[in-house]
Amino acid sequence: MAKVTFNEDICKGCGLCVDACPKQILKLDRSKINRKGHNPAVMTDQAKCIGCAFCATMCPDCVITVEK
Amino acid sequence: MAEKVLMKGNEAIAEAALRAGCLHYFGYPITPQTELTAYMAKRLPKTEGGVFLQAESEIAAINMVYGVASTGKRVMTSSSSPGVSLKQEGISYIAGADLPAVIVNVQRGGPGLGGIQPSQSDYFQATKGGGHGDYHLIVLTPSSVQEMADLTSLAFDLADKYRCPAMLLADGTMGQMMEPVALPEPHKSVIDKPWAVTGTQMKREHNIINSLYLSPEVLEKTNFQRFERYAEIEKNEVRFESYLMDDAEYCIVAFGIAARVAKNAITAMRKEGLKVGLIRPITVWPFPKKAIREAADKVKGFVCVELSMGQMIEDVRLAEECLRPVMLCNRAGGMIPGVDQIVSMTRSLVSSVEGGAR
Amino acid sequence: MAIVFQKPKSLTSKELHYCPGCPHGIIHRLVAQAIDSLGIEGKTIGVAPVGCAVMAYDYFSCDMVEAAHGRAPAVATGLKRSLPENVIFTYQGDGDLASIGMAETVHAATRNENITIIFVNNAIYGMTGGQMAPTSLPGQVTQTSPYGRDVKLQGYPIRVCEMLSALDAPYYIERVAVNNVKNVNQAKKAIEKAFRNQIEGKGFSLIEVVSACPTNWGMTPQRALQWVEEKMIPYYPLGVYKDRGAEEVKA
Repeated sequence: MAKVTFNEDICKGCGLCVDACPKQILKLDRSKINRKGHNPAVMTDQAKCIGCAFCATMCPDCVITVEK
Repeated sequence: MAEKVLMKGNEAIAEAALRAGCLHYFGYPITPQTELTAYMAKRLPKTEGGVFLQAESEIAAINMVYGVASTGKRVMTSSSSPGVSLKQEGISYIAGADLPAVIVNVQRGGPGLGGIQPSQSDYFQATKGGGHGDYHLIVLTPSSVQEMADLTSLAFDLADKYRCPAMLLADGTMGQMMEPVALPEPHKSVIDKPWAVTGTQMKREHNIINSLYLSPEVLEKTNFQRFERYAEIEKNEVRFESYLMDDAEYCIVAFGIAARVAKNAITAMRKEGLKVGLIRPITVWPFPKKAIREAADKVKGFVCVELSMGQMIEDVRLAEECLRPVMLCNRAGGMIPGVDQIVSMTRSLVSSVEGGAR
Repeated sequence: MAIVFQKPKSLTSKELHYCPGCPHGIIHRLVAQAIDSLGIEGKTIGVAPVGCAVMAYDYFSCDMVEAAHGRAPAVATGLKRSLPENVIFTYQGDGDLASIGMAETVHAATRNENITIIFVNNAIYGMTGGQMAPTSLPGQVTQTSPYGRDVKLQGYPIRVCEMLSALDAPYYIERVAVNNVKNVNQAKKAIEKAFRNQIEGKGFSLIEVVSACPTNWGMTPQRALQWVEEKMIPYYPLGVYKDRGAEEVKA
């Protein structure tokens, strides 16, 4: 069981987490614009998350917290 | 009376620095100040906590100074004219970060590679900037080996007091000559430095040593605040010697070796009945403007004696507010003005003021 | 559930100003993670460069000193020699370390100065808008090599790790990258080792991190990290270039 939390306000929408995720369950939410003017990264299917933290590893802005 | 030791000027600076609690020195060999570097190389490794390093360049040395200055500890570098040019960026950073440090310039003839004989031609560089931006160094000009020692001590104290770099602006003669000197008693810095980087020990917010302020409003504020400190320095720290000025009709202004020769010239002229005195700046920043201005009320003219093409003369002219004529008596390239030249120039001034030889 | 990944304590709360996808953020985190793991935040002093990371002093919670361009190793030398019990690191880009600061870099290395240098190599001068760096690749188009780096006129790139490892003195030199998870994890290990070496009094450790500059390379972050894999790493191979610790064990 694993949980990732995104601090959406500081996400720059770079998408590196999306690419890094081995389960391909992250995406940039094109329907949202955060206060920095970016489309933030979001989880699409938390149940599939294995808590590998690859997303957090590639995130340059410490947006992601991973719990397991 | 303190015991006197016969010492070379360069070495007197080094010994005085050690006695002022300066344990860190970074330098690079350059004539005519290398004896200072060599003295530190010998003494610091044998002194508890002493750090000596011959840096890869004068640029590296001033940046090592910046590093130590950030910790609040006393630190010094020395060089001569071309090497001091290299240090200008680092000096601007030290000033911009409001750090205390002592820089010694034992001046040689210039510009460019120049020569190894003495000069005073870095006066502009020392007092009008040298490095970029609005800042000042406290600049001290010794005129004897005793002052090489005393003013070094003072430089550390003033730098700490005002969080400002200080420069000992000596000429090559001062560096090379040997005279008896009563060395200062050992003493340490007593000023608290809560701004220094020493590691937070997890007990305080982090300190940042910096001169970058991208916001122009903030950068402007730091400039104005710094200049408030400079105003204090100008109010409190002007130093000069007034020699035979009480009845003087003409005033010589000179510092360093030029002042030594000027005193001999004054002796010669007084024998001939010409009443000449000397104002000898000991700080050229802050410049003794008030003393010059007051002299301008009493004397009929000024002669500036300099080992340069005329740099201090501009500050004299500004200070005396165009009230009296000011003439330049100078040599350059490493030559030193002689008594005859100073006498001759003063007599020319007298002629032009009073008409007819006296 | 326990937290297995979070922002390190020795990064401040200030939001990073770097471009989206800029690896500086990853590398800052790796440095902070090393400081946290080793429990040295209270005695660490970092030296910030001139370059995109000029404001690194706002991002690390330890004491920080801003250095003139290229002079960080000299500033670090002053700091370490006067505060030998503290941990001193520099964080420098390719212009800072290998162009204007080359003398300071080489001499700190040859003195085996007991400091930790984090060298971020992205083959370009990012802060000033994308000019050629000493590590820009042959043929690479930059603002000051608009027709591609011509090695006849502009020289060949400098391989810093290879060059410094020719010196007898430096203790540890490794080149890493941060273009994928595996490389980031290796970079994290190398950076922690570089700090540990200093704590153990071993001497000069330099970690070159092959990085990217999506904005000035004119690429998306994803494409930029691919370019690191395809072009940068072949020119700047990853690995350990100097390890006097291992040499000593062998001897």
